[in-house]
Amino acid sequence: MGDLVQVSNLRVVAGNDAGKPVPIVKDVSFSIPRGEVLALIGESGSGKTTIALTLMGYARPGCRIAGGSVRIDGAEVLDLNRDELTALRGCKVAYVAQSAAAAFNPSKTIIDQVVEVVLIRGLMTRAVAEAKAIDLFRALALPDPEQIGGRYPHQVSGGQLQRMMAAMALITDPALVIFDEPTTALDVTTQIEVLRAFKKVVKDRGTTAVYVSHDLSVVSQMATRIVVLRHGEVREVGLMEQILHAPEDAYTQALMAAARPARRHALSTVAVANPAPPLLEIRGLTAGYGRRDSRGVPCNIVLKNIDLQIRQGRTLGVIGESGSGKSTLARVSAGLLPPADGTVLFNGEPLAPGLTGRTRDQFRRIQIVFQNADTALNPSHSVARILGRPLEFYHGLRGAARDRRIKQLLDLIRLPVNIATRRASELSGGQKQRINLARALAAEPDLILCDEVTSALDTVVGAAILDLMGELRRELNVSYMFISHDISTVRSICDDVVVLYAGQKVESENHRPFQAPPYHPYTDQLISSVPEMRSGWLEESGAVQTPPYVDPVNCGTDLCCFLVRCPVRINGVCNVAMPPRVTLGNGNEILCHHSDADLRRLYSPSHMRTDLR
Amino acid sequence: MKTTLVLIARRLGTAVVTLLLVSVVVFTISSLLPGDAAEETLGRNATPEAVAALRTKLGLDQPAHLRYLHWLGGLLSGNPGQSMANNLPVKDVIASRLPKSLLLAGLTTIVSVPLALLIGILSAMYRGSMLDRVLSLVTLSMVAVPEFLVATVAVLVFAVNLRWLPALTIVPENATLGEFLSAYAMPVMTLCFVIVAQMARMTRAAMIDQIGQPYVEMAILKGVRPARAVLTHVLPNAVGPIVNAVALSLSYLLGGAIIVETIFNYPGIASLMVDAVTSRDMPLLQACAMIFCLAYLLLVLVADICAILGNPRLRNQ
Repeated sequence: MGDLVQVSNLRVVAGNDAGKPVPIVKDVSFSIPRGEVLALIGESGSGKTTIALTLMGYARPGCRIAGGSVRIDGAEVLDLNRDELTALRGCKVAYVAQSAAAAFNPSKTIIDQVVEVVLIRGLMTRAVAEAKAIDLFRALALPDPEQIGGRYPHQVSGGQLQRMMAAMALITDPALVIFDEPTTALDVTTQIEVLRAFKKVVKDRGTTAVYVSHDLSVVSQMATRIVVLRHGEVREVGLMEQILHAPEDAYTQALMAAARPARRHALSTVAVANPAPPLLEIRGLTAGYGRRDSRGVPCNIVLKNIDLQIRQGRTLGVIGESGSGKSTLARVSAGLLPPADGTVLFNGEPLAPGLTGRTRDQFRRIQIVFQNADTALNPSHSVARILGRPLEFYHGLRGAARDRRIKQLLDLIRLPVNIATRRASELSGGQKQRINLARALAAEPDLILCDEVTSALDTVVGAAILDLMGELRRELNVSYMFISHDISTVRSICDDVVVLYAGQKVESENHRPFQAPPYHPYTDQLISSVPEMRSGWLEESGAVQTPPYVDPVNCGTDLCCFLVRCPVRINGVCNVAMPPRVTLGNGNEILCHHSDADLRRLYSPSHMRTDLR
Repeated sequence: MKTTLVLIARRLGTAVVTLLLVSVVVFTISSLLPGDAAEETLGRNATPEAVAALRTKLGLDQPAHLRYLHWLGGLLSGNPGQSMANNLPVKDVIASRLPKSLLLAGLTTIVSVPLALLIGILSAMYRGSMLDRVLSLVTLSMVAVPEFLVATVAVLVFAVNLRWLPALTIVPENATLGEFLSAYAMPVMTLCFVIVAQMARMTRAAMIDQIGQPYVEMAILKGVRPARAVLTHVLPNAVGPIVNAVALSLSYLLGGAIIVETIFNYPGIASLMVDAVTSRDMPLLQACAMIFCLAYLLLVLVADICAILGNPRLRNQ
């Protein structure tokens, strides 16, 4: 069959306007046999997307393809003129972008965008093209394939949109499809469905594909070959089994180690039955956004009746998918959003609902670290100014005393002292996140609310931040509320966990979370959706079961929030009454109608569940 | 569709409330000005008795809120009072001037909006190129030159030296198209100088903002030509900010045309208002102020409706 794609000695440079061009892709060579899926693996800045885009003869603004050769089907892509490139793109080589939500035009219907290129080229009539798009929607397991194309991008979910983007790429039957981190922005339970749909269409059509990702587990489900990249250079090329089981390169080994997280720090020694009041306690919390009605209930409720406790020196993980209310929980705890109902107690004393009414000392003791250090730190302030502000505000430190403390803080977060004079915009992502953490530490808090602090970071950098947080907890005895959507991270650093789904606490686990089933059906789905780093996992994990039939629900009754998706729901029970809180044999407390014995039977090993460790 | 109508109805309601508030402000400020129409009409030597008698006749001795309601009722029924200066109904005075102002504003719109969009879109498409820099320099220098200078130089060059165009904008009855266009050429050009630059720059900024979005890169990568991507993908998403910039610029054309009206001796509504101020013709002044406000609100309303219709997220919520 031969190779469809041959890339040899490819070089891409950035910054061709002023100064010296900086190489960002250096001498990269690889080839893809027809019908195979090749993965480009690397962290941010490794040049993986840049390389994938050169396969379409495209370089992002500011970049330039400086040399080498890209041959597709024997034809040199880099020699094509503008018109020939336009003809190549979309027809011979198609692209599936990272964020479908951003890559679809918000003001045109999806079907218009899916068939656009076919109509421009005059390959099919509109009716034929739409029929083909509907076939593709069906093949990609989209609901209501006939009608869904008529919607606008904001009217479908992220996972559906990502699959529709794959349909847009496949509509011309391209020889090569480039998937650029297509599932990175998705929730883990959505990701598994999207991956399954992608794998099926790629297999059925014998499409050759390039799969760009930073996630080895995801790649091991899709690819047959892997190219490991770092700083624009190829570190290792090989078949997937070889890379997974016998990586030769030191960097590949480091990447594998970071992707298989170990327990990051010893569990807290504080006994669960500590008589002292918990550091933070939330009782019956309801919160939301939007206009409030006469009883002060906002029209858009995000959190419903939440109870939780964080004890001194322990880490509470808050896990859930996007929109589950995780960040709102942090905002309420910090006082940024006054709750509609319920109380927040700190050291046994109730906190004022909003910022006004809290004392400066209460501010000091609860600090928040935001998800995105790029936006949380003023890019034009120096590190010393960023850290100096809380020192002055909370501790009245000035002059030499303040500078001394800044040095100590930098030492604490393992950054060199001379970084104090740099601006935030001059730091790397990992350095910024450390400064973000140090800014919270400067207040000497008792509790740090960490909102997805590692989500924007590469695996290796994120692992280092988690290690640092573990060390800080040991040294300073701070407590964390650790908000994340990533179950393996939460598992590796948290003492206790609450699982949120659609604003309700569906499960809470104390002491070594996610170690032993049974779990709440949602938690179970969450755990079993995390891809494992071995091939064949996707096939073994089995399709998501269609939930059994239940009678339509009466409007206005309070019910289990997971009812719509629950694979083990019971007609006449789950669709009639709100589930009780049940304590299972393993100590986990869940919001469910099922008993411990029910769940053990429903999720028995014959159910094809794979136990994760 | 229903939600769109509700949204538009709500905007209309806001506009009406704004207009009412403005009428209060206009009335209050004009009552605070020293002197009144009775003193102004009778002159400095009038006896207090005569002034008081005229005040009673004009209804000026009534309390302010009654006068306001009376005036507002007149406005709503299309009779905003009697002009003090020339003793004609305000309605008639304005009716003789407003169409001319609207004509000038309309002609300027027809010329300036396409021109500004063209400049803005071209410079956004070729951002950073020579063309972009030249267009940017030209539009900036256009807005930097005061319009009285533009108008005066234009008269000097085209009317005095070249004798191509008439210096005054007087259009005879049953004028030919050629006469009509040559009469309006210079005032329209002068007004374009003022408003094209701002619209072009806002268009450029709105387009560039959208061109940087991932969906544009996606369109290019699926094989859409850049020009087509800009027109079919970028432009619909940039409509909101562009129409708002256009509306703000066009709102200048009624009240702000005073210099052009003066230099070209054009009988528009801006110079009418200035005359009303100098002669303390309060009813006329108030009516002019309300017209400017109404025109402004209408333009902003049209811009809002365009933005709503252009955005499916607002359109079918």
